[in-house]
Amino acid sequence: MSAKLDRLIRQLKETFGDRIGAPALLLGQVTIVVPEQNYLEVALRLRDDPALRFEQLMDLGGIDYSEFTGYQGKRFAAVSQLLSITHNWRLTVKVFAEDDKFPVVSSVMDIWNSANWYEREAFDMFGIHFEGHVDLRRILTDYGFVGHPYRKDFPLSGYVEMRYDPEQQRVVYQPVTIEPREVTPRIVREETYAKGGGRG
Amino acid sequence: MQKVAAVADVKNYTLNFGPQHPAAHGVLRLVLELEGEVIVRADPHIGLLHRGTEKLTESRTWLQTLPFLDRLDYTSMIPSEHAYCLAVERLLGVAVPIRGQYIRVMVDELTRILNHLLSIGTHALDIGAMGMVLYTFREREDIFDILEALTGIRMHGAYYRPGGVYRDLPDQMPKYKENKFKNAQTVKELNEARSGSLLDFVEDFTRRFPIYVGEYHTLLTDNRIWKQRTVGVGVISPERAMAKGFSGPMLRGSGVEWDLRKKQPYEVYDRMDFDIPVGVNGDCYDRYLVRMEEMLQANRIVRQCIEWLRKNPGPVITDDHKVAPPPREKMKGSMEELIHHFKLFSEGMHVPAGEAYAAIEHPKGEMAVWAVSDGANKPYRIRLHTAGIPHLAGVDELVRGHMLADASAVIGTIDLVLGDVDR
Repeated sequence: MSAKLDRLIRQLKETFGDRIGAPALLLGQVTIVVPEQNYLEVALRLRDDPALRFEQLMDLGGIDYSEFTGYQGKRFAAVSQLLSITHNWRLTVKVFAEDDKFPVVSSVMDIWNSANWYEREAFDMFGIHFEGHVDLRRILTDYGFVGHPYRKDFPLSGYVEMRYDPEQQRVVYQPVTIEPREVTPRIVREETYAKGGGRG
Repeated sequence: MQKVAAVADVKNYTLNFGPQHPAAHGVLRLVLELEGEVIVRADPHIGLLHRGTEKLTESRTWLQTLPFLDRLDYTSMIPSEHAYCLAVERLLGVAVPIRGQYIRVMVDELTRILNHLLSIGTHALDIGAMGMVLYTFREREDIFDILEALTGIRMHGAYYRPGGVYRDLPDQMPKYKENKFKNAQTVKELNEARSGSLLDFVEDFTRRFPIYVGEYHTLLTDNRIWKQRTVGVGVISPERAMAKGFSGPMLRGSGVEWDLRKKQPYEVYDRMDFDIPVGVNGDCYDRYLVRMEEMLQANRIVRQCIEWLRKNPGPVITDDHKVAPPPREKMKGSMEELIHHFKLFSEGMHVPAGEAYAAIEHPKGEMAVWAVSDGANKPYRIRLHTAGIPHLAGVDELVRGHMLADASAVIGTIDLVLGDVDR
């Protein structure tokens, strides 16, 4: 498998040169970071170049790096997982949105039709705007929902809750009444933890 | 003299299919634009079952996240855990003992049968063949019994763990007891297959199952009404199926020979002897045939697993106690093991920083988990890719130009489960 992935990396370097970041092979998975301005061109080439031939976009998801331990850089990225049925290999393509306040990434909907709903979902959940998408509506959240729930600064409990109001005889929205609660805290251990010859 | 227009002004008609429609397989709202009885556009509105699983996982430890995965596709529960465990194992770099891998393959394949039984049964129910679902649910009951004996729960097993499976196969099956509904004779008959170990019961099931599949074939395969409702309905070409991101039986039904179990084998699938059925026309009928054959192939794999599992005892979960708990007896006697146990269930395991995308051949298609860790005891982000999303997104293309009644045939054929789509 590894020889094959080396071939894929060589091929990527040959085809794209410095238009993409250096391909990285980690845990049996090849990842490339593509600058936003080259994204569409690279995506089209990835699909149509017979030596690469990524016919399928299996997945596209957003990610918010704002609370990633030790991370400094752009906040939002759209990450797609490509699959080539011809060559039987996979590729992860990561595109960072330039502006953290108003993240915009080009839409690959015209290249891979399956991107349609994935981009709608990333827009809904992270507020990443996909330029060129013809139907960028919210997809999973409620009609009339405000905010982007998978952003790290959005609380798990949300802002509003829904209940039936017997006086008005209809369903009403109100501010949430539950408190966010964390049973197990989130911990990132330092490098030296549990390696210094302690008894634990 | 003025002539009266013979044809009335016909406008497109918009129809709400669901959210509470028995053929919508859950809470799907499908907005159909009709011209007469012909569908010109279908716009699925999803999210009515959205539970924010991806967000929830970020506030749970790596182990607490696992049961959420069962609740995605609630008709084939345990394989979803499989994708998650593979992703976490890849990040951790732990290996699963070989017996654990065989058990995983066996459970996955039993679940494939479970899923296809529901899929075919309800598909037939949706388009008018009432009887089918009664027969398929009879066999589903046997598989639920197996899962119950194995995991303790009929549906949401939470059986896999990063590093293996939670426990070994039980030596006995629970038995029926006499009550006012079941007399001694009935109980004796029912308990006959349950007298041995779990593997004996599974083997008995795999012996009976091909006969049942034969029964389904007599009910549906040559049934004229069934064929009228499915042949030539919801046709998709292999090129479009690929562009639409289809996978599993939806892709194979169009004639693309693509199965992750063969092409990118995980666990011990490379040791298994099985075939990949593919369709020719890419219509509902071909996909039905693909699923029927897949059940028989799954049955074959289960038999191979049983044979191996009988001969080869061994551990089922890794002995890396930073990942998996130590055995209970050891924990009671050794201080170190006690600490391991305490740390594991209070703070949880720490997964090294990195990203991993692990995909499996779920009964519905490619199910994948993209796990991102920053080294904490909780996931930084879990992205769940389920097969249902691209399939439902493709409904618009599949139903265009068909009659309204074909909408339920198409929804049936994509094997829709809203828990899977909405996450």
